[in-house]
Amino acid sequence: MSEISRNSVGIVSAQTAHFDAPLTLKNGEILPQFDLVYETYGELNASKSNAVLICHALSGNHHVAGKYAETDKNAGWWDNLIGPNKPLDTNKFFVIGVNNLAGCHGSSGPSSIRPKSKKTYGSSFPIVTVEDWVNSQARLLDHLGIETLAAVIGGSLGGMQALQWTIAYPDRIKHALVIASAPNLTAQNMAFNEVARQAIITDPEFYDGDYYAHNTVPRRGLRIARMLGHITYLSDDAMGEKFGRKLKDKIKYSFDVEFEMESYLRYQGDKFAGEFDANTYLRMTRALDYYDPALEHGGDLSKALKKVKAEFLVVSFTSDWRFSPDRSREIVKALLDNELTVSYAEVTALHGHDAFLMPDAHYHAILRAYLQKVEV
Amino acid sequence: MENNVNITNKENKFRQDFAIIAGWVGFGSKVLDLGCGDGELLTYLRNSLEIKGYGVEKDDANWLTCLQNGTNVIQMDLEDGLSGFEDQSFDTVILSQTLQAMHNTEEIVQEMLRVGREVIVTFPNFGYWRNRIQIASGGHMPVSKDLPYQWYDTPNVHLCTINDFDEFCNNYKITVIERKVITDGIEVSFMPNLLGNLAMYRLKTGQ
Repeated sequence: MSEISRNSVGIVSAQTAHFDAPLTLKNGEILPQFDLVYETYGELNASKSNAVLICHALSGNHHVAGKYAETDKNAGWWDNLIGPNKPLDTNKFFVIGVNNLAGCHGSSGPSSIRPKSKKTYGSSFPIVTVEDWVNSQARLLDHLGIETLAAVIGGSLGGMQALQWTIAYPDRIKHALVIASAPNLTAQNMAFNEVARQAIITDPEFYDGDYYAHNTVPRRGLRIARMLGHITYLSDDAMGEKFGRKLKDKIKYSFDVEFEMESYLRYQGDKFAGEFDANTYLRMTRALDYYDPALEHGGDLSKALKKVKAEFLVVSFTSDWRFSPDRSREIVKALLDNELTVSYAEVTALHGHDAFLMPDAHYHAILRAYLQKVEV
Repeated sequence: MENNVNITNKENKFRQDFAIIAGWVGFGSKVLDLGCGDGELLTYLRNSLEIKGYGVEKDDANWLTCLQNGTNVIQMDLEDGLSGFEDQSFDTVILSQTLQAMHNTEEIVQEMLRVGREVIVTFPNFGYWRNRIQIASGGHMPVSKDLPYQWYDTPNVHLCTINDFDEFCNNYKITVIERKVITDGIEVSFMPNLLGNLAMYRLKTGQ
């Protein structure tokens, strides 16, 4: 058995939880019923005190670790973190991955079928928020009989959910690991989201979000949205190191793929457009835009965190310009203002925002050290 | 004093400077240790005085050791100031044997006084007679247990004497609540600027 498979959670399978009690959303709409698809790794202990929730970012889902079959090319999206003896050790913790509402991997979303009409939700699926996600995740915990999470962990948009958990359910969270995140998006960050959405919405195949009925998808728009995203997830230096000005062949004086960087972006765009739902992408970016817990407190994040009880680990990456260290420091300051227990690491990394998913030795040592201290 | 087993560090070695700092920090108070290293002082204060402590440390390895010790630690560069900390939000802010390595010496002391109701600063006294002898007799920059660097690789860019620091406090209208000077763990009261090698100041704003 290889080193990798020894540390893997192995073959996993997803489960679906169905909820019949209506969920009132932040925008005032009510979801009368919904499904959440999730995976778990490790064993829930007798006192149910060892549960850790992983919140996913823009394009993530519930498949966080392991494989569905030995022949799967890729493992879950945070497999390098989770498994026996890995930093998030499944010998100790019961780890839950969940696909958020409005997702496109099995939880109720625009591409899923309405229970009554048997038609896709399409454009009628509500605009959900980080707050709604956290409330729905709390329902999942209820369903699993888990009152308190040992920890909630998230990067980027997932970090916003982790932060929101500590605000909305202060008594249900012991530790929050908020990684490469922010207490809200800057105008520049939202601007990237707007360009991505415009690419999708102006695609002739979008049909106001009801493209399912036309048996098509706004592939071109989604592809461009993803290409844009990938540029912002990497640092200039990382792109320089990865591609530089390398050519595929020699200069042809054409608009074909000539530079390696173009090849990468097109590959990522095509891959994503083939597997992700455009309506989900629109909603995920809007959830990012809207999240701003300080808004109801006159812009004062410290006031927004008044009722928080959790202990925090906040991590940022030096070359992350989409969720810069400055934004993480704002969270840290608000936690300090409330005399909460917090440690903050600013990891020296080349890879920009993408660094939070990479198995950098120091970064993983930080998560390992912190999680070893978490009592279950 | 050396038989006092309660005031020992992890190597079970008595640290007189820690004991003096503990005497200046209130039980259960909120303490910020700037340049906290591996968190040894905060761990000591937590165990002896049940303080709520936070460290600030730039170095990755030290930062990680702090986390492993259970010390809350914020990774940042002190040279950037303390803008992440509110005015008067700590009972005591400590800068232990780091002042001499700071570029913005004046700014960091002012920032400490802004953030802390009281401030503790300790530094190696450059006026210590052994340092003077090395310069006077050998004509070389001093190299010793407390100043273990050569002139060309030292992080200590702002070495000063006790007289210099007294003058600094006077110029900036900083109140010296208490000052202690020690050599090899023993307090020095006679001619401290000559006979003391570690200067320890307890400060607050105003005169």
